[in-house]
Amino acid sequence: MNQEKHISTPLTDEAIKSLHAGDQVRITGVIYTARDAAHKKLAALLEAGRSLPFDPAGQIIYYTGPTPAPPGRPIGSCGPTTSYRMDKYTPALLAAGVKGLIGKGRRGPAVLDAIQTHTCVYFSAEGGCGALLANYVKTCEVVAFPDLGTEAVHRLTVENFPVSVFCDCEGNIYSPYL
Amino acid sequence: MSVRELEAGRLTDAVAKLYVQACLVLPEPVKAKLYAFGNPYIIENFEKNGIIPLCQDTGMAAVYLEIGQDVHLTGDIPAAVDEGVRRAVKEGYLRSSIVADPLRRTNTGDNTPALLNVELVPGDRVKVTVAPRGFGCENKGRIAMLAPADGVEGVKAFVLETAKLAVPDACPPVMIGVGLGGSFDRAPALAKKATLREEPNPDPFYAALEEELYQATKKFSIGVHIIAAPTHIAGLPCAVSIGCHSLRYASEVI
Repeated sequence: MNQEKHISTPLTDEAIKSLHAGDQVRITGVIYTARDAAHKKLAALLEAGRSLPFDPAGQIIYYTGPTPAPPGRPIGSCGPTTSYRMDKYTPALLAAGVKGLIGKGRRGPAVLDAIQTHTCVYFSAEGGCGALLANYVKTCEVVAFPDLGTEAVHRLTVENFPVSVFCDCEGNIYSPYL
Repeated sequence: MSVRELEAGRLTDAVAKLYVQACLVLPEPVKAKLYAFGNPYIIENFEKNGIIPLCQDTGMAAVYLEIGQDVHLTGDIPAAVDEGVRRAVKEGYLRSSIVADPLRRTNTGDNTPALLNVELVPGDRVKVTVAPRGFGCENKGRIAMLAPADGVEGVKAFVLETAKLAVPDACPPVMIGVGLGGSFDRAPALAKKATLREEPNPDPFYAALEEELYQATKKFSIGVHIIAAPTHIAGLPCAVSIGCHSLRYASEVI
């Protein structure tokens, strides 16, 4: 296994270019959650020429819908959901300044192209390990669409959140299962 | 023949307990398969837990009732089961992932209704099984209405194609359930049931086919289970159900 790399958010092009498909990476800083329903709303805002509920510049979007936080914890279980369902909306978000994506599984050609065009990176988190991944989340607050429940946009503060690079900014892809 | 009276409220208690238990603790046979597979993240996920759900997708609550034909359940059975789901979601901090309508998509807020499956069996007991399944893997299920001439080669090709399309999206290592025969609606139900089977296949023909398919998929699977059923002279229904590594289920006999 490669040596782990550490990065912090917001992401710079320099940091993104240092990452290669298959790298094990630890992320520290703020990341934003969004999944199916939130993506539909974010894309509608962009299409209407309006601003997003958070500044997308250099930010990472994590595809997850956490379970409710039990007492004494910032968040419940929060592993990645399958990424391809967000493909329809992703190129517009990358064009708007989002630099990183965390999810699981394959992406379509339009997303892979947009990742290269805008110098972005797509990370994979370990699927089905939401209990483990919750340990790396220090704070969690809803920043948009509270009516969506688990699908609301949450701002998470993470420390050493473990991911691997599925697709780097040059379009190289790695998964141990492919 | 005497009939045993049972309050449907007993189902509520069982479902509430079993749904939370299934989301927090993996069954021992599943753990054994995951230790053998050896992914350290997955092992840590189920070893150092028991407080929050193993996976954030606490699924649709598939509830299987095997009702002895000598039992009379009093009360509203689907309502009692849904109340159990509602209580589990609140007390166990499970996720509400169900929308009331597939196109209009308003979340029901309490993860109801359950996916209720009822089977009549001999005896005067009721076996309650709750098997929550997330949709990362549920979305990867497929069915092919093969022709009899496609035979075992057609089945193998379809199972392997489906399994390869499933990963890495549906959290590997996956359990591959295959339902053969029956009809267009029966085969997928058999396939899903096959993912939950704990015993070896009693039919040596299918046991050998399972082993051959497992050898071809073991880079990303923890097993291939087949359930076969009588079918029509014109058909060979073949359904494949994918279970993720969080293969969750819990049962109780009332």
